[in-house]
This record gives sequence, structure tokens and C-alpha cells, in this order.
Amino acid sequence: MSDALLRTPFPERAGAALKDTFLQEALKIATTKFIDLRKESFAGFPQGEALRDRARAIKEATLQQLDVHLERLADNVERLGGHVHWASTAEEAREMVLRLCRDRGVRMAVKSKSMATEEIDLNEALEHAGITPIETDLGEYIIQLAHEKPSHIIAPAIHKTKGQVAELFSRELRGEFPADPEVLTAVARKALREKFLQADMGITGANFAVADTGTVVLVTNEGNGRMVTSLPRIHVALMGVEKVIPSMTDLVVFLAILARSATGQKLSSYTTLVRGPRRAGELEGPEEFHLILLDNGRSRQIASTLREALYCLRCGACLNVCPVYRQIGGHAYGYTYPGPIGILLTAMLKGNESVRELAHASSLCGACKDVCPVRIDIPRMLVELREHLDREKIAPWTERVVFKALRRLLLSPTAYRVSATVGRWVQRPFVRQGRLRGLPLVFGKWTKTRDLPPVAARTFRERWKELR
Amino acid sequence: MITCLGDMLFPEVGVAMVRLLRRLGVQVGFPEGQTCCGMPLFNSGYHHDAALVAARTVRLFEGADHVVVPSGSCAWMVRTEYPGLLKHDPALRAAADSLARRTRELSQFIVEVLGVTTIESPFKGKVTYHDSCHLLRGLGESASPRALLRGVPGVELVELPGADECCGFGGSFSVRLPEVSSSILDKKLANVESTGARCLVACDAGCLMQMGGGLSRRGSAVKAVHLAQVLAGEVEG
Repeated sequence: MSDALLRTPFPERAGAALKDTFLQEALKIATTKFIDLRKESFAGFPQGEALRDRARAIKEATLQQLDVHLERLADNVERLGGHVHWASTAEEAREMVLRLCRDRGVRMAVKSKSMATEEIDLNEALEHAGITPIETDLGEYIIQLAHEKPSHIIAPAIHKTKGQVAELFSRELRGEFPADPEVLTAVARKALREKFLQADMGITGANFAVADTGTVVLVTNEGNGRMVTSLPRIHVALMGVEKVIPSMTDLVVFLAILARSATGQKLSSYTTLVRGPRRAGELEGPEEFHLILLDNGRSRQIASTLREALYCLRCGACLNVCPVYRQIGGHAYGYTYPGPIGILLTAMLKGNESVRELAHASSLCGACKDVCPVRIDIPRMLVELREHLDREKIAPWTERVVFKALRRLLLSPTAYRVSATVGRWVQRPFVRQGRLRGLPLVFGKWTKTRDLPPVAARTFRERWKELR
Repeated sequence: MITCLGDMLFPEVGVAMVRLLRRLGVQVGFPEGQTCCGMPLFNSGYHHDAALVAARTVRLFEGADHVVVPSGSCAWMVRTEYPGLLKHDPALRAAADSLARRTRELSQFIVEVLGVTTIESPFKGKVTYHDSCHLLRGLGESASPRALLRGVPGVELVELPGADECCGFGGSFSVRLPEVSSSILDKKLANVESTGARCLVACDAGCLMQMGGGLSRRGSAVKAVHLAQVLAGEVEG
């Protein structure tokens, strides 16, 4: 995301999102729909809970031997005639794609939706090198036309209303298009069809990669992913190293819960299994297949507080239920991955300094943990992340002073009792009809929209004497 | 256990709880050295400081058979976080484990420990119930408060749409991101008003402060009250 945006403090970015009426309308409709669909889907699927436990256990076991599984995946992909590249950093991964493009004379690349390519800012790098990237997922296509970034992990254009999309298409694709999703989809489909035929390279992410068989798995709903992997002469798949799973049996477990968590579907419309390039006698498929394994800060987190974030399937369920995400959408977070899991992933990929404010963008309500298909304890990790911010003195010194003072108060019953008396005295100018209004300093914004109860004339402990 | 917000801002809740428990035959004590469960420190990441508060608290409550808290979040803090915070000192850890076992949020204590679901209360009126996050998802409790409300003859309980969604309080969250917090609250209160209830019942001082503060600011006729006040008949419907 742009540095200019990140220079604006997070509370201001969030405040601007709250005032964006289009965004508010779009978010309300979309997140509510996703929540209901997910709920219905699991309600009719009693084995879902046990499968979630199983999926979590598979993720944990795989992490414990991540190197072994990755080596096996690489061996099997190579055995199938594919090429495997190991990228330690985002820059290395970008360089690998660019080198391939240069060596193979690639002018245009079609892409299916991939957060990993967003994470490494691949489109910008391609454009800079004179190669045209074309997003072929409808949502991604919309935001590419609008020169924006995804605001949701699986629904990148969730922040746009259909009216806004109609306007955008009419302007960018030169026409008069109504705000009708079917018409707009047909318009995009027609425009993209030509690009598929022109492209020299197809770039995808991977939802899973099966170590035992060397299979890269794509879970999509539009069929574009399948075309990206089969039409152009070169297919490049870029995946985070944590996406590897041991076996096809494991894949079945994940597929049973992934789409249900994301969109409430039993399965997504397309589940594409790619095993290397086209083989002799096959009618379709690319001539070359490349798999890029991206670390970019992941493996150093295996033994850290953020370990569980490596379980993430990128289903987006935690975004949909998060009260904060539902109010401000994805862009206000400022980084590739928004929402509660996004805060953890940002800390993982960009360092703790980058989440100084974001670590507090959660009321810790726990709704995210409840819906996570692999039960990542996001609230606990956020609290632990905050602990790191305090210990590493990344949290502002003013905040640390306030909390140290609070500790002293809570450790001394006398000081605590006196604070009630002081509170009653200090609050006097602000009491209106038994309520506190218009408080100064940090409480000012609280009382802008809400009243506070004043410190009681007699606290419970003062009344306890009569109750005894 | 009457924790900070309950003690200073909502003493009437504690009073109602004491009267209610006595009516149910419980002998009630109040260790006067108590202050706060330490959750504000814990949630903001000041774990060492929270552990010092926890260490004080576990010692203060060593003599009690049961510890009853009229706040789901404080009960959650004691039950799920104290043992971890005090794990480095075996004696304190044992005391924390013991306290965790003996601690219940009020509605859980009445239903699980006392085995009571029907309470004679003069309260009459239409109410709706908000699930506090830590009681619902932290302690897995949604049935007891509803059962107790339904057990009061004069109570008509209407389900709140989105009852399980956060009210936007979140402790220091409501101070750090006041606009986001208020915006979450607006949606909650619109749901509350759609029920036509006269009283909004919750089991957590934090949520009551947030939702009550919002209701009073918008001049709503709906009152935010604690379950204990309804059960003790100390508010009017």
C-alpha cells in the first residue's frame, strides 16, 4: 500500500472509512451475506466441527516438519517436469518472475486471484518492466481498472457497490452499462477473453500444494483460474511456504471446510488440480510450469508468538465477522492483508513496528476465532502481539506511563479507594442529569457520542458496610 | 468479586447481587482489599503488571468456597488467564488454578452451582438480552442468563437481532478508536430499539457502560440494566 496512506494515522484512516457512505453500504450488504451463508452451511454439516479440528491438527503437524514437506513437494513437481524456485524475500520472488518474462519474451501475463502476488507487489513490478499484467478474477479486474488494491482476502472489490462498478466499466471500457451484475460480468468476460488468447504467461497463487503428489490446488468460483493455468504457454504459481500439505487425504479435509467458511458453498465452483506442465499426448496445459515457494518472513515465525497465523487458509471468514472490519473495510488497515488475521500477517511480514496502531484495532470480541476453519486463536495472539509492542517499547511512552500508573493504583487498595474520592471531585463540572458529558483529554472522544456514568456517590465497598 | 467498574460506577449492581444471593440462601462475603481483575492491563499487553494484580487477587479469595462475579469478562479473566499469568510460581499457580475452578459469573453460579432457574422477582416488562463477548465466546455461556430471565414470571424476553455481536466496548479499544467503537454501538442500539423492549439486559459492566452510555445519549426510553437488577427486582420494567 502507498506510503502516503500509511503516513496518515490509523484512527484517521478508519474515521475516513466510516464517513464513506458507499463503503458502508457495500460492507453491510456483503459481510452480512457472507456471515449468513457460512452459518447456514455449517448448520447443515454436523461433521464440520470435527473436520475443523482435523484441519488444525494437519496444519500443526505440517509446520513441525515444514522443510521435509517442502522438499518432497519440490521433488515431485520436478519429477513431473516442473521447475521449482525458492524465494526468501518478496524481491527475490519478483526478480524470478521478471527474469522468466525476460528470458521467454513474455509481453502480457493473465493472472488469477492471488494474495501472495499482492503481497510482493508483483503487478507494479511487471508494469515497471513493460509487461502487462491482467487480472482475470472479476473482483480483481474491477480493482485493477480502478487502480486500487483488494480490500478483502477473497472478495477484493467488496468495497464497491454495483453502481460504482457500472460507472467504472462505462468509463474504462467505453460503453453505457447498467448497474446489473449479470450485464457487468458479461462485459468483463468479453474483454478478458481476448486477453487470455494474447497472454504468454499465466500467473496464479495456490490454495494448497500437495507434497506427496506435487499437485498445486486452486479453489475458485469463476473458471478463470483454470484458463490461466491451461491457456498460456507458461504457468507460474506463487505460494507462501505454509501452503504445503502432506497428502491428497489431507486436501479432502481442507476442501470440505474452506468454501463453507469463505462463501458458505459446499465446494467452490472450480477446484483446479495442476500437476506440472503438459505431458506428451495431453491436449491442453502449459509448455512450462514454474512453482515459486515464497518465504518472505514466514519461516522465522515458526517458533514465535505468531506461529498459528501460519495455519491461515485465507478464507476471509474472520474479516466478515469482525466488528472493526465491518465498519472500516480493508483499505483502512493499510496493508495487503486486512482484518484480524491481517494484523497478525502484517506483523509477520512487515515486523512489529508496522502494527503499532493496528494491534489495537480489535475489541477482542473473539468472533474471528469462532469462525476460523482452523481455529486460530486470533484474540490471544493480538494480546501477545501487544505484549511484544510494550516490551520492545514500540508502544508510545505516554501509553506505557498510563498503564504503569494504573498498575500502581490496582496494587494498592488505599490508592484505589482514594481514586474514587478524587474521581468524584474531578468529575463535578461534567455531570449533567446524573451523567458525564463533554469530558476532556482522552475521554473527550468517548463522551462525544456516549454518556459515562459518574463515579457513584457511594461505591460498592462504601455501601458494603450497611449490607454486612 | 466486585471489580472496578462495578464498584465505582455501578454499585447498585453489586448491591442487587448481594441481596439476590442472600435470598437464594448464600452466605456472602466481600474481601475489601480487592480492586480490579487486571484485565485492562492484560488486554493492552502489560502482562507482567497484570500478573502482579492477579497474584494479589488469588490470595484475597483463598478462603471462599465459590467466587461470584457479576461480569463475564472479569470471570473469564480469572478463569482462563490467571493460571497462565502466574505459571512461573508453583504456589501462585496452584492458587490460581483453585480460584479458576471456584469462580463463576453470576448467572452461571445461580444455574450451575445453585441449580436454580426460577426466581421470584416483582420485575415486569419486555426485555432483550445482549451476549457479552467474554461470557459467550470466552466462557461458552449463552443459556443461563436467558433461562433465568425466562424464569421470572413477569418477564417477556425478546431475542435481540445480532445478540452475539460485540457492542464495540472492548475496554481501551473504546478509547483508542472511539469513532469505530461508536459506529459498532450504533448498529447494536438500532437492533435493541427494533425489539421494542424497555430494558436491555447484559451480564457485564463494560457492555452496560457502553450501551447504557449510548442509549442515554440518544435519549432512548430503553434502559441498560444488569441481570442481577432484574432478578432482584431492583429496577422497574
